[in-house]
Amino acid sequence: MDELEKMLLMQIADLHRVPDGAYNLRKNGESEGRRSTPHIRIEPRQDGHSGVDIFISSQTRGESVHIPVVITQSDYRETVYNDFYVEEGADVLIIAGCGIHNCGTQTAEHSGVHTFHVGKNARVKYVEKHYASGDGNGEKVMNPQTDIVLEEGARLEMETTQIKGVDSTVRTTNAALAAGAELVIREKIYTHGKQYAKTNFSVSLNGDGAGADVVSRSVAAGTSLQQLDLHIDGNTRCHGHSECDAIIMDDARVTAVPALAANCVDAELIHEAAIGKIAGDQLLKLMTLGLTEQEAEEQIIKGFLS
Amino acid sequence: MLELKNISYVAEEDGEKKRILDDVSLSVGDRFVAITGPNGGGKSTLAKIVAGILRPTQGRVYFDGEDITDLSVTERARRGISYAFQQPVRFKGITVKDLISLASGKRISVGEACAYLSEVGLCARDYIDREVNASLSGGELKRIEIATVLARGTRLSVFDEPEAGIDLWSFQNLISVFEKTYSKTQGSILIISHQERILNIADTIVVIAGGKVTKTGPREEVLPGLLSGRVCAALQG
Ligand SMILES: Nc1ncnc2c1ncn2[C@@H]1O[C@H](COP(=O)(O)OP(=O)(O)OP(=O)(O)O)[C@@H](O)[C@H]1O
Ligand SMILES: [Mg+2]
Repeated sequence: MDELEKMLLMQIADLHRVPDGAYNLRKNGESEGRRSTPHIRIEPRQDGHSGVDIFISSQTRGESVHIPVVITQSDYRETVYNDFYVEEGADVLIIAGCGIHNCGTQTAEHSGVHTFHVGKNARVKYVEKHYASGDGNGEKVMNPQTDIVLEEGARLEMETTQIKGVDSTVRTTNAALAAGAELVIREKIYTHGKQYAKTNFSVSLNGDGAGADVVSRSVAAGTSLQQLDLHIDGNTRCHGHSECDAIIMDDARVTAVPALAANCVDAELIHEAAIGKIAGDQLLKLMTLGLTEQEAEEQIIKGFLS
Repeated sequence: MLELKNISYVAEEDGEKKRILDDVSLSVGDRFVAITGPNGGGKSTLAKIVAGILRPTQGRVYFDGEDITDLSVTERARRGISYAFQQPVRFKGITVKDLISLASGKRISVGEACAYLSEVGLCARDYIDREVNASLSGGELKRIEIATVLARGTRLSVFDEPEAGIDLWSFQNLISVFEKTYSKTQGSILIISHQERILNIADTIVVIAGGKVTKTGPREEVLPGLLSGRVCAALQG
């Protein structure tokens, strides 16, 4: 691996060496390394799509799987399918992420389709980071799609972050929850320049006592545009909460469209949204501590997205 | 150290002009100066003019002999002015440790940050990693606000109603916080307060009512008048 690839791996997965446990590293469309463990099996797909199938056995407790993707070519596009089969009662940490460095003039694009089949009472923490760099004019495009099926009593916590450099992204997450299942999503997005980020969350609460908590925090600077579509269907006795909290700066624009559908009298659904520039009194407070206005802005954004 | 000369402040609301401060002159050289007076009298407005958050419509502000009227909030902070807000600001994602570090102007250890929290009576371990957000109670937030000013340790510290929301047991501690601050900075402390116990430690008391200084002088002269029910008289000058 060269320095550039190492840098990308650091950004998306905090990795500076081959990770412990199971992993699959994908670089410019090729598998660069893969390891299965007694509890976690990673295998190439059988259906002709590129990507892997990951089988997480019910004996898994506190183990991790890393599946980073690195792209350093210009004029490169790929769609990768990864399927996770998490067996009943497993407890696992999954770290995915995509780093693109494009210094060419052509587009580099990664579309990752991740499907989670989470068995009864299993617990998954899923961390996903997207980062791009490169001083060429080539666009860096990422379109992650996440499909989640949670069986009875399963819990999935998803942390998804787009830090920097991605020119265009459409991020789609669909989830269906059975009885007693729980879904927690924390999204963080920072866009700048002319970037475009679209997020679609669609959650169906189908089983008795299912619960979802979806929070998106974002900062839009420059002339960037962010759109957020948040959809929760409560089809039974359930509770759903969604929240959109956005800071806009410069000439950026943010649109948030929440949709709550209560299809059962015992569905409790809440949405909160706030979009606005950094509060003046926050800037002033930090300035009374000796920070310049710009330093104050940076601290507020850093905290907000931390 | 701090000198306000003929300060007036006129706010405009719905096209109507409202004179909030009217020709206020004041000089702060003593250890403890307390400003008191009725609600809406103009005390916080004056504090904001000192910190640079508001610009006076008329008049000049001097700090250590320098005319700072046209300096920004940041420049004044760097020259040695601190201001604890009457209504502390909340921040999503910024922790108590972050805020105290920013206030002290350098990277500080957890131990140092904790020391400031202990001074304001917060059990440091429970708070140091909390976000300064809506989950903090009013009194907790107020104490953290005071801790940021302690961490700065500047020549002039302005506290705007520091006692508001602080429970009775802590009151004596609050007073000792001011005494410690003074012994550390050897500067001046300007406290806006409605509390007799705080006025009791002031060297000078200034009464502001209706946007004017209606009375000013050593505590021994001003305080008895305020307490003996001749409040109205004192307020009206
Ligand atoms: N921007 C503004 N526009 C209009 N009126 C204002 C503005 N800012 C302050 N005021 C008014 O000025 C007056 C003085 O306000 P200030 O906050 O300085 O009072 P205070 O003496 O600190 O009162 P308190 O003891 O209640 O804290 C009040 O009547 C307030 O409503
Ligand atoms: Mg006030």
